[in-house]
Amino acid sequence: MSIELKNVSKHFGRVSAVENINLTVPEGELIALLGPSGSGKTTVLRLIAGLETPESGGIFVRGAQVNNLPVQKRNIGFVFQSYALFKHMTVQDNIAFGLKIKKWPAQRIQARVQDLTALLDLHGLLDRYPHQLSGGQRQRVAIGRALAPGPDVLLLDEPFAAVDAQIRQELRQWLVRVHRELKLTVLFVTHDQEEAMEVASRIVIFSKGRVEQIGSPQEVYEKPSNEFVARFVGVMNVLELEVRDGFARRQELEFPAHGLADGQKLRIGFRPYAVQVSPDGSAYRYRAVLRRTYFLGVMLRLEMELPSGLILRSRMSKEDYARLGLADGRPVSFQIRSYRILSKEDEPLGAEVATAYEVPPHLGEGI
Amino acid sequence: MNTPAAPIASSSAAPAPKSDRSLIHWLLVAVAVLFSAVFLVLPLLNVFAQALAAGFGPYCHALADPDTISAIRLTLIIAAICVPLNAVFGVAASWAIAKFDFRGKPFLLSLMDLPFSISPVVAGLLFVLLFGVNGLLGRWLEVHHVKVLFALPGMVLATIFVTFPYVARELIPIMRAQGREQEEAALTLGASGWQTFWHVTLPSVKWGLFYGIVLCNARAMGEFGAVSVVSGHIAGQTDTLPLRVEKLYNEFDPVAPFAVATLLALLAVATMLLKALLEWKTRHET
Repeated sequence: MSIELKNVSKHFGRVSAVENINLTVPEGELIALLGPSGSGKTTVLRLIAGLETPESGGIFVRGAQVNNLPVQKRNIGFVFQSYALFKHMTVQDNIAFGLKIKKWPAQRIQARVQDLTALLDLHGLLDRYPHQLSGGQRQRVAIGRALAPGPDVLLLDEPFAAVDAQIRQELRQWLVRVHRELKLTVLFVTHDQEEAMEVASRIVIFSKGRVEQIGSPQEVYEKPSNEFVARFVGVMNVLELEVRDGFARRQELEFPAHGLADGQKLRIGFRPYAVQVSPDGSAYRYRAVLRRTYFLGVMLRLEMELPSGLILRSRMSKEDYARLGLADGRPVSFQIRSYRILSKEDEPLGAEVATAYEVPPHLGEGI
Repeated sequence: MNTPAAPIASSSAAPAPKSDRSLIHWLLVAVAVLFSAVFLVLPLLNVFAQALAAGFGPYCHALADPDTISAIRLTLIIAAICVPLNAVFGVAASWAIAKFDFRGKPFLLSLMDLPFSISPVVAGLLFVLLFGVNGLLGRWLEVHHVKVLFALPGMVLATIFVTFPYVARELIPIMRAQGREQEEAALTLGASGWQTFWHVTLPSVKWGLFYGIVLCNARAMGEFGAVSVVSGHIAGQTDTLPLRVEKLYNEFDPVAPFAVATLLALLAVATMLLKALLEWKTRHET
């Protein structure tokens, strides 16, 4: 089911929740609404569901405006962050609720519940009450309940926030699989960029009630439309520079600044992968000491301190780290292979500037 | 109202050394038990002792008095009218207050507490001033031959006034704690507002609702002040159980007032046991 939001605004009292949102969701996509808390992403989900009504603008489903269509008629499945299971009902009754409301015959309800039990791996839990289930099981029951009446679109509010790390991983893969099997349009809200990158085919990035960028995970990472997106999606080193003698400088670092007047200030940003590190103190132009290494699975994040006290972050694979014989406390040398000139937070970024002949390696896993 | 009591003794005494703690602990428990025994249990037992002092025969005889039977009937009738009305009102008011935002909500909340803060005698007097012969509506009622004061309608009104907040006050915190999400989930699954209320809202507060009804009932049956003012004390007609107890006591009957009082005392004990059971239920199912 294709969904379109045109210039949608919604305020709560004097607080603006979403401001002039434009968003198109093609049929069958798996989309993440990503942003910090309070950025309006949950409000957008509730607007689509009909749990909130917009003050201005239009919400369209398959081309028809649904602003005044009540929640019950929108045929959406909604999974709440707290799951909102009916706690006085068994798992069976929770899943069957929407079907009983729609007056399905008992036999058909039973068959549907059985199908979902298999899909959601809920065998043996049908007679339990919500308080007798684990977090992951509750989550699956909530999804089952939402899927039971055969919705056109599934909306999930922070679906993985309340379960522990291992189950979260399983649920993510499970959601991708279910999306593929059921060919549903799925929108989910998250504040976790890693989760959005892993699960979604497209990401909508929110900040302060506005859409900052819409794009594939690779697009928002490699071509962030502004500094907010760049900093929110993945780690970024950001430096404030001042132009002196044709170079933009910060402590010992300098970047070419052709045509800029002395005294002018500018900001630049570069991803950790753009910082190339060597244990050979004279391999690259700048010197630093490796302060701390963070293990992020396959990739490692390196924190380096320059002689001036400036801290920069780099990134490399475990294999490279071992091959180079790096360790915390070691002196290293480094170079910055590419960077972007940043302006103010929500203005478009400058194009990527390569400082060395090497092209930045393609985005690997881990950010 | 029915949130489980915080473990005051253990938390406040936690930093103290162990020996001190157990001493304080023991002292607090002793004081609490002693006070309840002297001021609550002893008088209650005394009621039964006095009622049965002359044996079981006079006790039964006192209860079989036609005026007493009539008082029992009247009390049950008043409760049977007031409790359902206040239950319906309480559910509606708590639903509105806990789940919706509207102007004047704080005002409605404090208005609901009015019966708690007004002396029941004054409450009764309000109805006398309203429906009495010289009252605002008195003349009109007299012309149309409607009897409110010194009759069942007046006593029902006074009782409703006094027991007004019990159910709502019980349900508001429970409904607030549950939030709106279960209802919203029901709406997204296609349920109408009424279906949502019937299948989701009401079942999820049922033990709290029973608890509120039990308290409301106990107060409705035991109310003295407000009912006393509007009843007119006509023996066999407008005496409720508490009014009957007072009347018998003023007549210096040695057994009868205590015998009738045992009925109210038993009601209190039954209420207490039900309350304990319902509190346990609410705690275990929410």
